[in-house]
Amino acid sequence: MKGLKIIVLAKQVPDTRNVGRDAMKADGTVNRAALPAIFNPEDLNALELALRIKDTNEGTTVTVLTMGPGRAAEIIREAMYRGADKGVLLTDKKFAGSDTLATSYALSLAVKKLAPYDLVIAGRQAIDGDTAQVGPQVAEKLGLPQVTYAEEILSVRKGRVTIKRRLERGVETVEAPMPLVLTVHSSAPACRSRNARYTIKYRHARTLGELQDTSEDYLQLRKDRPYLTIDEWGVSDVGADVDQLGLSGSPTKVRKIENVVFTGRDSKVISGSENDIEALMKELIDSHTIG
Amino acid sequence: MDNVFVYCEIEEGQVAEVSLELLSKGRSLADRLGCSLEAAVIGAGLKGIEKQIFPYGADVIHIADDKRLYPYQTLPHSAILNGLFREEKPRIGLLGATSVGRDLAPRIASALKCGLTADCTALEIGDHTENKTGKEYRDLLYQIRPAFGGNIIATIINPETRPQLATVREGVMKKEICAQDCKGRVKTIDSDKWLGDDDFVVKIIERHIEQSKVNIKSAGIIVAGGYGVGSKENFRHLYDLAGVLGGEVAGSRAAVDGGFIEHERQVGQTGVTVRPRLYIACGISGQIQHRAGMDQSSIIISINNDPDAPINQIADYTIIGDLTDIIPKMIKYYQKNTK
Ligand SMILES: Cc1cc2nc3c(=O)[nH]c(=O)nc-3n(C[C@H](O)[C@H](O)[C@H](O)COP(=O)(O)OP(=O)(O)OC[C@H]3O[C@@H](n4cnc5c(N)ncnc54)[C@H](O)[C@@H]3O)c2cc1C
Repeated sequence: MKGLKIIVLAKQVPDTRNVGRDAMKADGTVNRAALPAIFNPEDLNALELALRIKDTNEGTTVTVLTMGPGRAAEIIREAMYRGADKGVLLTDKKFAGSDTLATSYALSLAVKKLAPYDLVIAGRQAIDGDTAQVGPQVAEKLGLPQVTYAEEILSVRKGRVTIKRRLERGVETVEAPMPLVLTVHSSAPACRSRNARYTIKYRHARTLGELQDTSEDYLQLRKDRPYLTIDEWGVSDVGADVDQLGLSGSPTKVRKIENVVFTGRDSKVISGSENDIEALMKELIDSHTIG
Repeated sequence: MDNVFVYCEIEEGQVAEVSLELLSKGRSLADRLGCSLEAAVIGAGLKGIEKQIFPYGADVIHIADDKRLYPYQTLPHSAILNGLFREEKPRIGLLGATSVGRDLAPRIASALKCGLTADCTALEIGDHTENKTGKEYRDLLYQIRPAFGGNIIATIINPETRPQLATVREGVMKKEICAQDCKGRVKTIDSDKWLGDDDFVVKIIERHIEQSKVNIKSAGIIVAGGYGVGSKENFRHLYDLAGVLGGEVAGSRAAVDGGFIEHERQVGQTGVTVRPRLYIACGISGQIQHRAGMDQSSIIISINNDPDAPINQIADYTIIGDLTDIIPKMIKYYQKNTK
């Protein structure tokens, strides 16, 4: 068998477990610079699924595609250290402020540019938005079937994939033809850790933007080893219509952001003494709350 | 045109709870907007399904009944719903934030190039003035949801595109049977005009759906435990209290993650939303994601050894102390005073 061509969609996300005060900008978009950035957890599950297919299907290549600011190249390198072959960073000021519809438009153009491919695999959702919308929206824009919440690939045979999916209240096994879009659930196997050999091999992988920003000079090295170049594409590289991108291409608008405030109730504070507890239970019985 | 649509999910001949809840919400939105409430039902063997739906206030029910349409599959269902929405041009479309709704809604939003907000916790109607242009919009759907791990509450709108699509989790909206004898029209969807062979390329080989055994959502009294309960063994105290009071036991995510209690019983943003008559929070600190699932309980009692735990601020009664000491006393004095 010839091996498959797999594209993994991954996102660098702010670690929402560590949100500070300056996390949101006045226009309601996220101030990413103020937060630690991590590889979106379910995208790591997606990467693992892709790598498992690669393990068992010789000749398979895994390309990681991410859209984000320049520093998102970090997760491409991270994916390479774990076994991905190639990376593409989709980055342009004009993508900034995109909602899920505009994001999936941009991603779908980049996927088309990477054609031909057999599988597009994404995490179910990103922890900064929890929407789970981008995967299905990319599938629709590519005109492909989708299988969401994948947990395990049972087989890849004759152009068809058999997949176990995790539903809210159960599991389903489906068989679908390639090319196909998959989104991967957190119950899928955790991603393998870095491979020492790949970590050395890809240590100097950079995007053009990163090379311009640093004083690193590995020009000759890069010439000899083309795998060290992470492709960087902007709006014109994927032929995007600017009106469908960014804030103007996003049908959803943030009207208002409120910090979470407590709506206090009149709280009666009670000690744990026998008397206090008995009084409380009597009160609850009398008001027919219990009993 | 310009009506409110609810996509009704079907499982084994039953309309899903979340769809009925959305019909009730849709009814109040439609009343506010002075338009009709319409349900879309796509499935197989749907004869008589309207009897489950009319009591929740639908004026029109669109039914696509074809043996190929059950169980749910992305492509045929989205082909039909897209076709229906293109014809009917609804103002608002509501779907459950379930495995099905969250698979289907983005597909629709992408095809119709319209805005979609996932996991809304409130839906309201209101106006909007665009800051930059001064342009005014009347009667938009405010799609309100926690964002950013629950640290903020965002109000999202779709000023220009229709339908305004939103998904909502089960238990967030309240299911209410209409006061009057509601009865509307049934319309048959001619699905063949939207379906092609390409829509059936994915095959379902096997399916196991478990009916959830526990139902904390409809419990009148909930005794919930958090990480502060400390162990699975200590949860016994909570089961004892729930047992004598006739309630259910629930937990926080930290309690679920700690393996003290099963995920089906998790209350909160990523669990179930409950609104019991009495909620007893034992060893729960009360982070926003937890409160989002229980702050509408009628009476809240917090048992916590930390007087400054955030949960105390929304509790009607705060008992300061160790729960392993307090709960047995509650059981003792309940039994003493009801005998
Ligand atoms: C995206 C996202 C979604 C989330 N969704 C949910 C959700 O759906 N539901 C949810 O619950 N959480 C959710 N969380 C997690 C949430 O932020 C909190 O981490 C969690 O609710 C904390 O659980 P806890 O109160 O049980 O634990 P803790 O915060 O550890 O609190 C334990 C409490 O027990 C008290 N205590 C300790 N020992 C005793 C004792 N012996 N007697 C009495 N009191 C004692 C302590 O004072 C403390 O107040 C979510 C988080 C994120 C980021």
